[in-house]
Amino acid sequence: MAVTKLPLAKAINESLRVALDTDPKVLIMGEDVGKLGGVFRVTDGLQKDFGEDRVIDTPLAESGIVGTAIGLALRGYRPVVEIQFDGFVFPAYDQIVTQLAKMHARALGKIKMPVVVRIPYGGGIGAVEHHSESPEALFAHVAGLKIVSPSTSADAYWMMQQAIQSDDPVIFFEPKRRYWDKSEVDTEAIPGPLHKARVTRTGTDLTLAAYGPMVKVCLEAADAAAEEGKSVEVLDLRSVSPIDFDTIQTSVEKTRRLVVVHEAPVFFGSGAEIAARITERSFYHLEAPVLRVGGFHAPYPPARLEEEYLPGLDRVLDAVDRSLAY
Amino acid sequence: MTVESTAAARKPRRSSGTKRAGVKRTPQPKATEPQLVQLLTPEGERVQNDEYDGYVADITPETLRGLYRDMVLTRRFDAEATSLQRQGELGLWASLLGQEAAQIGSGRALNDDDYVFPTYREHGVAWCRGVDPTNLLGMFRGVNHGGWDPKTNNFHLYTIVIGSQTLHATGYAMGVAKDGADSAVIAYFGDGASSQGDVAEAFTFSAVYNAPVVFFCQNNQWAISEPTEKQMRVPLYQRAQGFGFPGVRVDGNDVLACLAVTRAALERARSGEGPMLVEAFTYRMGAHTTSDDPTKYRADEERAAWEAKDPILRLRAYLERESTADEAFFAALEEESEALGKRVREAVRAMPDPDHLAIFEHVYADGHALVDEERAQFAAYQASFADAGMGTGTGSGTGFEGSAEEGK
Repeated sequence: MAVTKLPLAKAINESLRVALDTDPKVLIMGEDVGKLGGVFRVTDGLQKDFGEDRVIDTPLAESGIVGTAIGLALRGYRPVVEIQFDGFVFPAYDQIVTQLAKMHARALGKIKMPVVVRIPYGGGIGAVEHHSESPEALFAHVAGLKIVSPSTSADAYWMMQQAIQSDDPVIFFEPKRRYWDKSEVDTEAIPGPLHKARVTRTGTDLTLAAYGPMVKVCLEAADAAAEEGKSVEVLDLRSVSPIDFDTIQTSVEKTRRLVVVHEAPVFFGSGAEIAARITERSFYHLEAPVLRVGGFHAPYPPARLEEEYLPGLDRVLDAVDRSLAY
Repeated sequence: MTVESTAAARKPRRSSGTKRAGVKRTPQPKATEPQLVQLLTPEGERVQNDEYDGYVADITPETLRGLYRDMVLTRRFDAEATSLQRQGELGLWASLLGQEAAQIGSGRALNDDDYVFPTYREHGVAWCRGVDPTNLLGMFRGVNHGGWDPKTNNFHLYTIVIGSQTLHATGYAMGVAKDGADSAVIAYFGDGASSQGDVAEAFTFSAVYNAPVVFFCQNNQWAISEPTEKQMRVPLYQRAQGFGFPGVRVDGNDVLACLAVTRAALERARSGEGPMLVEAFTYRMGAHTTSDDPTKYRADEERAAWEAKDPILRLRAYLERESTADEAFFAALEEESEALGKRVREAVRAMPDPDHLAIFEHVYADGHALVDEERAQFAAYQASFADAGMGTGTGSGTGFEGSAEEGK
């Protein structure tokens, strides 16, 4: 049976299992990834089946995790490292930005860096400080890194395998509040390209573009808008670096309106980049300025306020209305 | 013979009657009070050392002359690079002047299948690995970020961010252990780097995984303008003990002692006993880089005191004392030095600028849509000038040039 219904976290687990099984050079590394199976159980059971040499519990040191993964990659391994939470990646940010991202270019292509950095990211789970952030723009700004974020179990399954097979470093942002959402995975499918966006819902009046945790919110918003007679197209971007601007452009030149939605702060965020490029590409097609919905220029708030901070159905619909009002 | 313990490794034992050397020195901060392994005194006398003599028992007069040649040629190359910077041919140079013994001694302790992670000052180690010295100059001239293929010589690219490479070395060594290989890895870093978190994390990871890595710290007393007392309050080599592996301080101006101690540490790593820290107590006689002005932060007397411990003069004194080298040897070497200087000078001046579109090369292994788009746009922009007769790229340098055999 190739098609099964799996929670997103379990789909990643299955994908890692396939990767470990297929390629002896693949390693899993991180804090608590072994016996515990990770704090979200994404690596559950892998150490038991593949041993402590393949699924490696590490000291509590993020720079060390990424820095040693770089060394292992230089030796011919393909490490998949877990950063426990989004806000904990910063001790490793130096190794990711100054070393991992640039090693291939520095060596004029003579060495490759097939390292995947898994980061459970985003809010909506009622967590404490540093456990709910969306730092993808900070990584997308750095040449040499690729950044992806799945929104479905099928994408989680296939994108993880593609990320591991990539000879470039991939920052794999896992939408942690979707970990328990179930959807179908066809383990015998032929996956599409890792960095191609998908039209998740077709429409004619306006395009909503999102990735990761916000795709679900945008689909709900499109349903609600449909009840008011508005036809909204929803794009799942899937990849933040590179961004598939061609798919966005095609959609926008049909609908003539674009709203970009992400959890990260709007200021200098991926929405800003999309707005700028789409304005350049499709200026004469646009009936309204590209609008953005996202987090505020403020630290991620305490959990009791996160519903106000995170883009929800109402804020997305408000942006849809504002765009259509032009 | 192996290093039995930290205590054993750091207490040089000398036979009675041998001149005691290397203890009374220029006043130094307490944290850097030397207590070091020494086989050659600054006057060039051989000192007995029960712990480490065995590691250099095979050294012949010919090997000694080879070590001397390595140090002289490395210093000559370094001096030429400094001059080239002054002449505007290089944007920057990080001189190793004074650290030749630490680098040649440790570099010559390595086997071919050992792997080296350098900082940006390991010109002597690069020489030992067979990296053509002219290839070291590309990054300082600004034509690339490292002009050699790391896999050709098992010599990684220079790392600018302080201490980062100690983690790469540790990860690589973890891979060596996984592969069941009997080679070792050596990570070079400085006294300033020992303050970095990455170095502490590298110590932790290497100890936890028993990785076959030697941490070779060249304590050259200064991190740009910051003296060692701004980095540490206990002798650096003692730090290893807290991480669960041995540390030893060696006279970094004594090439024979550096060779012996590094051999011991590498042998320990190869035989599965895990990491070791070697602190080579030495002195950076020049500036941190050519952008720096050491007269602003350190006294002339200090440098003068260290000049008396010059690693090259020390070995020369020993060679002459033992009649191991004659005038013909020194004269021939002088000639070889000048030829090297000339070759380096000519190679730098002939080094082409890279093609303009090289900016977009090798950003990604598998390509990236944005890079492709920007490359095409920039190429079209450049071509618009070509139509006006102004030309585009000026050179075709790949950055990986020159023979890999030169330093052997």
